[in-house]
Amino acid sequence: MYRSLATATLLVATCNVTFAQDTQSFDRIERGRYLSVLGDCAACHTAPGGQPFAGGLALQTPFGKLVAPNITPDRETGIGNMTDQEFIAALHEGRGMNGKRLYPAMPYPAYTKMSEEDVLALRAYFATVLPVSNRVIANQLPFPFNIRQAMMFWNTVNFTPGRYRPDPQKSAEWNRGAYIVEGAAHCGTCHTPKTILGGDKNDEALAGAALQGWFAPNITTDSHRGIGAWSKDDLIEYLKTGTNNWTLASGPMAEAVTHSTSRMTDEDISAIATYLKDSGERDSTRKPDPVVAEDNVMRAGAAIYKDSCAACHTDSGTGEVHLFPRLAGSPLVQSGDPTTLVRMVLLGGRAGSTASMPTAPAMPAFDWRLNNAQIAAVLTYVRNSWGNAASAVSSVAVANQRDTGTRR
Amino acid sequence: MPRKLPPKDVVIIGLGWTGSILGYELAKAGLDVVAIERGPWRDTATDFPPGYSQDELRYAVRLDLFLRPDQETLTFRNNMNQTALPIRNFVSFLPGNGVGGAGVHWNGQTWRFLPTDFRLRTHLEQRYGKDALPADMTIQDWPLSYDEIEPFYDRFEKLCGTSGKAGNIKGVKQSGGNPFEGWRSSEYPTPPLKQGLGATLFAEAARKTGHTPFPQPASNMSEAYTNPLGMKLGQCTYCGFCERFGCGNYSKASPQTCVLPALLRFPNFTAQTESEVTRINLDSTGKRATGVTYVDTSGEEWEQPANIVLVCAYALFNVRLMLLSGIGKPYDAQTGQGVVGRNYAYQTTSSVAVILKDKILNPFIATGAHGMIVDDYNGDNFDHAGLGFVGGGYMGMGQTNGRPISTRPVPSGTPKWGARWKKATSETYNRAMSLSTHASSYSYKDCYLDLDPSYRDRLGRPLMRMTFDFHENELKMSAFLTERLAEIAKALDPVELTKNPRKGPYTLNAYQTTHNTGGTVMGGDPANSVLNRYCQSWDVHNVFIPGGASVFPQNHGYNPTDTVGALAYWTADAIKDRYLRNPGPLM
Amino acid sequence: MKPAAATPSRRVLLTSATAFLFSGTAVARARILNGGMPWEAGTATPPVPVRPGPWMFFTSDEAALIEAAVDRLIPADERGPGGKEAGCAVFIDRQLAGPYGGAAGLYMRPPFMPGASTQGYQSPDTPAARYRQGLKALAGYVRSAFSGKSFSNLDTAQQDEVLTGLESGSIALKDTKGADFFALLLQNTQEGFFADPIYGGNRDMAGWKLVGFPGARYDYRDWVGRHNEVYPLPPVSIMGRAEWTAKE
Repeated sequence: MYRSLATATLLVATCNVTFAQDTQSFDRIERGRYLSVLGDCAACHTAPGGQPFAGGLALQTPFGKLVAPNITPDRETGIGNMTDQEFIAALHEGRGMNGKRLYPAMPYPAYTKMSEEDVLALRAYFATVLPVSNRVIANQLPFPFNIRQAMMFWNTVNFTPGRYRPDPQKSAEWNRGAYIVEGAAHCGTCHTPKTILGGDKNDEALAGAALQGWFAPNITTDSHRGIGAWSKDDLIEYLKTGTNNWTLASGPMAEAVTHSTSRMTDEDISAIATYLKDSGERDSTRKPDPVVAEDNVMRAGAAIYKDSCAACHTDSGTGEVHLFPRLAGSPLVQSGDPTTLVRMVLLGGRAGSTASMPTAPAMPAFDWRLNNAQIAAVLTYVRNSWGNAASAVSSVAVANQRDTGTRR
Repeated sequence: MPRKLPPKDVVIIGLGWTGSILGYELAKAGLDVVAIERGPWRDTATDFPPGYSQDELRYAVRLDLFLRPDQETLTFRNNMNQTALPIRNFVSFLPGNGVGGAGVHWNGQTWRFLPTDFRLRTHLEQRYGKDALPADMTIQDWPLSYDEIEPFYDRFEKLCGTSGKAGNIKGVKQSGGNPFEGWRSSEYPTPPLKQGLGATLFAEAARKTGHTPFPQPASNMSEAYTNPLGMKLGQCTYCGFCERFGCGNYSKASPQTCVLPALLRFPNFTAQTESEVTRINLDSTGKRATGVTYVDTSGEEWEQPANIVLVCAYALFNVRLMLLSGIGKPYDAQTGQGVVGRNYAYQTTSSVAVILKDKILNPFIATGAHGMIVDDYNGDNFDHAGLGFVGGGYMGMGQTNGRPISTRPVPSGTPKWGARWKKATSETYNRAMSLSTHASSYSYKDCYLDLDPSYRDRLGRPLMRMTFDFHENELKMSAFLTERLAEIAKALDPVELTKNPRKGPYTLNAYQTTHNTGGTVMGGDPANSVLNRYCQSWDVHNVFIPGGASVFPQNHGYNPTDTVGALAYWTADAIKDRYLRNPGPLM
Repeated sequence: MKPAAATPSRRVLLTSATAFLFSGTAVARARILNGGMPWEAGTATPPVPVRPGPWMFFTSDEAALIEAAVDRLIPADERGPGGKEAGCAVFIDRQLAGPYGGAAGLYMRPPFMPGASTQGYQSPDTPAARYRQGLKALAGYVRSAFSGKSFSNLDTAQQDEVLTGLESGSIALKDTKGADFFALLLQNTQEGFFADPIYGGNRDMAGWKLVGFPGARYDYRDWVGRHNEVYPLPPVSIMGRAEWTAKE
């Protein structure tokens, strides 16, 4: 990683002052580097085994393939020729170089909340990254989705540009948390349910969303299906290490923890936790009556659980802290949408590895061992035992996911 | 002509326990480390999950995780009058393979040697006189004392989360532990495992007959544990699929559960699998290694230059690599000259089978290292005067499984098949248990390793030849120990008791242990050792064999792994604190 | 065009950076691991279940002999099924058709020389070859000793007599050490009787039920301290048990 060796210049940090770009300033570059961690730019713009930020990672969208571009300062294949204003327009308005419209795979609807100063710091940082020559054809969507101009209409309905406006009723820490969650960390991009056009359902922010074989869980204060029962310390531990008393982050969230949240400052993690624990009045979803234990499906599920699951998750569903997620009382287990649960049983999953929690335990795949009815039975059992209550899982739903699921 | 790769600071041959520990310690110290392993990567959830790990046929009988003889084997003979023949199928001992090595599928029995073990010859000669030892017995003092190695035992046990009850903390005896053990600086990292009925009955019988039983030290976790590297282990579930099996729920100490994920986080550490090191290369002086040559799976040769070469390939294969690479003078049993291959030893085991009346033992509820043990007859814990042998071992009830392909005892005289066999098998399974002794194997002039004159491996290199048999000392010892064990067993009031003392000759046809020791002995004198006290080659100063059991001058009455792990840490410290500051012979 | 829920999945499950060492031709010959532990969702290497069907190794004559033999080695009685019903012959058939039968992984380089018994098995014959040869010799012996009959047509007393003679070595087989062949057959029969049913034998877990082995279970924590109590749960195989399927 190339860094400027210029002497640091003291920055005057107020939101309303624009000032001449001093790209040699160590403070600004370092701040930009940290913001790239908050925004997890590497998640898309660094391909596995590839050079940092040189693009090339293919994103499978429901419409086809998009490839994250090269955002190193290479002049021919990267953004070396991008002006500061163009960079700001990209993050704030969803416009790429030469005015072309970006697809919201680049989460500009969230990044628009970032202050201009922060965006310029990011720009300064990316100017210092090692330039890599890597020509990326970003738009590999099939016709007609490859017509970028169509985004103009999408933006009209689904996108309101604008910076984050602090809430004067809330603490500075809460506002900082909101600024990160709604802005750079773009949590809602995965966790907020979407309208039919793919825009955020703003009145259900962070209430959980399905994406490509995963269900990003409800992270509102709902105590049945959200993280209402988590303490602030639980949240902080989860973001910092990928695990807490309740669960372990796996799949896409494991990556987010490993590359983004575990590298945030303690203050920022605490701010995020403060915000998430107080993200608006939310009527807890009514807890349904559990499926009764004597139900035939429950009995089968109990037998499967005893024979296949209890050796890690224990007979009482309590699991083992930092190793095997607790199922009893788990909001993820009681999610309205069981997609993630079905996926975990079919394909397994692995926790992220962090410096303080290196083990990264993995759940094995069971697709070879349990048929669709059996997976449905054991998940119904888990969702309705030990005080849990949630809808039964159908074997048809499992079959659909098994047939269409990818290995990755 | 092998293609040359960019140099590394350290190349490690083999990625088992010692390779993982050395990899971690040296990567943490900032060195550029590559570990080359001839077997495959092994991962808990993919390779031995609790969905198909509990498969006796695949893992315990067909030996799925073990080394295949056609990749490497040895030739064997009992004595120099025989022609050695290839071990075409491993039975008596089962070398491991793959990342994690046998650390993946060991039982977890974690024992320290005794303080007197470390000064064995001096101690025995002092107590019993020089004439008490047979002339052809070549036991030696270790080049370090128990006091010196104690902190390293402690370190390895804390890495593993070993369960147990200390018997001696800083010189103060503790009730419930082994009264004979050397002093410990601290209690075990986790409390002892719970015991089943069989071990509990044995312990009662042992107390009744005047012995002091204690729980076997076990690297199967009695409770969830976090080791100093931040690695998490879960609680052992007594599944009864321990030795020969990988652990499916992270509850057995192994390189996978204790080291590797933390190790792979270092950007300066690389593991390379399915690559077999064929020799260590030396410069023109023969006093310095330049690196190693290895072959990939298509047989293409590569050269990996490095400043330090660590031989972590398992005891037997450490010796073979040294012989094939021409490091140190090979031992010639006829002349008694030379050192590489000298002092090969094994383990002397025996058993007492008992069938009880009206008991429900549930033998399938077991861990690899649970059990209640008596150490009264180990080492020199008892007076050997007039007995006609030296050495000893522990004994007890630590039956690891009730897996029915292998474990379905019947009363003696039962036919091996047919209706009576079926009846006896059905009626005896839950009432029978096997008690065992696990005793020392001292070194002799005619028990050694060298290169076979005839047989070769698939790469055309000579196989190593093992010449070994039990000596009268060990057989007398085994008879004695078996009698003592039978006396305890009688107090169980069994319906039937069968003594199976170890009898000669040593045969490859029955599993005993995979405790092969010696061949690259560590010592204070290059005339009778291959390595100095820092496990550094006397001949090639940048080659170390960090603690594999090939460094043992003889084998004592305990499983080797705790000592192997301790010596790995001992060597790591020597490399970091001494060798790196001043590369060269440390002695 | 109907716009569907358009949130693309932006995260591809990233495995750690594993690379394959290439050299000239693009054949993977070594695996290089750096920067993290490799892992991929949905990967597992369970045993391939044996499916009922035609014999894969035995000829029909050989199969008839084997089925009769395993049924004497483990006879049916009030304790449960015998070796034939338990699928021991199927087990042996599939084993011989696979890597075990071909002595895969063993050191089979010459020269082969007879050695001391302590030096282990020294024959070039694979298990598959030993069965071919042994069954042929046994069938030949039975034909000559029992007026042209085949083993499966003898009565059980005669069959037991033959097996006993083989075991003791009192029956001499042509070009075959009868006692060694018997020992191999017995070992494989008992393996088949007690191995997981996924391998074709131990049908309906008959072998496990005979001794009270609970099978492919993995958690007995609650039972360690319950001394002298019968373990109450039925055995389970790698492929499950009947209770895993919900009753209609």
